[in-house]
Amino acid sequence: MIATKTGPRVVLYEGADASPLENSFRVELMAKLLERGLPISLARGNALNSTENKQIVLGNFGGRFPEADSSTAEFRDIAGLDAVAVVSLVEDVLAGTNDPSNTKRWKPWFPVIDFGRCTNCMQCLSFCLFDVYGATSDGKIQVQNESNCKTDCPACSRVCPEVAIMFPKYKAGPINGDEISTDDVRREGMKVDISALLGGDIYAMLRDRSAKAQSRFSKERDDERALKERQRCLNKLKAAAGDIEIPTEVLASLPSMDQIQSKAEQARQRAAQALAQQAKSTNADSGQ
Amino acid sequence: MTDQPRILYCHCAFAQVIPKDVKQGVLERLGEAGVDFDCVPDLCEMSANRDPILQQIAENPDVRIAACFPRAVRGLFVAAGHPLPQPEPEVVNMRMLNAEEATAALLRPRDESPLAQQEEAQTVETTGTGAREGNRT
Ligand code: SF4
Ligand code: SF4
Repeated sequence: MIATKTGPRVVLYEGADASPLENSFRVELMAKLLERGLPISLARGNALNSTENKQIVLGNFGGRFPEADSSTAEFRDIAGLDAVAVVSLVEDVLAGTNDPSNTKRWKPWFPVIDFGRCTNCMQCLSFCLFDVYGATSDGKIQVQNESNCKTDCPACSRVCPEVAIMFPKYKAGPINGDEISTDDVRREGMKVDISALLGGDIYAMLRDRSAKAQSRFSKERDDERALKERQRCLNKLKAAAGDIEIPTEVLASLPSMDQIQSKAEQARQRAAQALAQQAKSTNADSGQ
Repeated sequence: MTDQPRILYCHCAFAQVIPKDVKQGVLERLGEAGVDFDCVPDLCEMSANRDPILQQIAENPDVRIAACFPRAVRGLFVAAGHPLPQPEPEVVNMRMLNAEEATAALLRPRDESPLAQQEEAQTVETTGTGAREGNRT
């Protein structure tokens, strides 16, 4: 989980005491502020909503500002400014504050679990090498380290037997959250076959290939060839597991095979612990 | 209560999954419609950040959300620890609708929404005991 944060809201005020913004200017300004990471409210009513959060209230005020709690509302007259100038005016207000939108942002790519489908089997936790998944104290699967997830890699969604893992920014359904068809469920059966084809799981396949490659490389001690061989293995894996659509960069940046082995083992242990914990909680509940 | 739920628009700032012309068209039309509405940069980012704004949204059942697939939006609120209220707000899917259709769905009166109609149909079928099945656009 990333730190909980809260920040100011920008209010585009078009109520009493302000003349309306021109339509195309409003759209341009809203898009720029949203891309800067700021939430916006468009207020046409006469009163500003009271809020505990800071509000930067922008409008064509002509010198008269609406009534508001001055401890949270900061007014700026934007008459005559273009969208770029308004954004830099807002930047000035934010500068020096600890507004979270000032910090570096990342493409929010991470798995989202559909708990209406999830059976808590822990396959995803066992599969992911990057500690994205964890379990709650009562043994329920949870996405805990979103920012560890490899951007554009939906691999874990392909190991979930229940089609319960979504990546909302993925291009196609049902991984993007689209409704699940009977075809999708049928494809799950195929996934199991793909997994079997790869010898249990793709990491096992990576390890096997690595072991063979390593025994050759230790004799040859040829780093360049080793690198080429690894690349060749990864390409083969990618071809075999094309359905999984792991981006090449992710495959290429996988840790060493030894690390994969130990990570996979750790993940399996965490999954087993979580399942044991869940069984305990369920027994305790049913014993009550 | 007005005749429409409050609108929350998600700008999906980090990806092209919602076409730019749809996002721009929806913002433009909502602006022209003269309604008050709220916009957030990216619900996915806010979910990962456990942004308190999600809690405020989840505590207000009278909202209509413009974003992507309802199943994904629902999951993002659950992941943030603030499941959407029941009965669930309507989610208008800007990945599947064009700007005109999405705005019309956002602005339509409460009793003309598919949810209200579905509810009404269920009420008729089950003589008032029907439960809502989640929401679809
Ligand atoms: S693999 Fe799917 S069903 Fe199993 S715990 Fe993960 S999300 Fe739930
Ligand atoms: S909730 Fe949907 S529309 Fe909003 S940022 Fe995430 S993927 Fe984009």
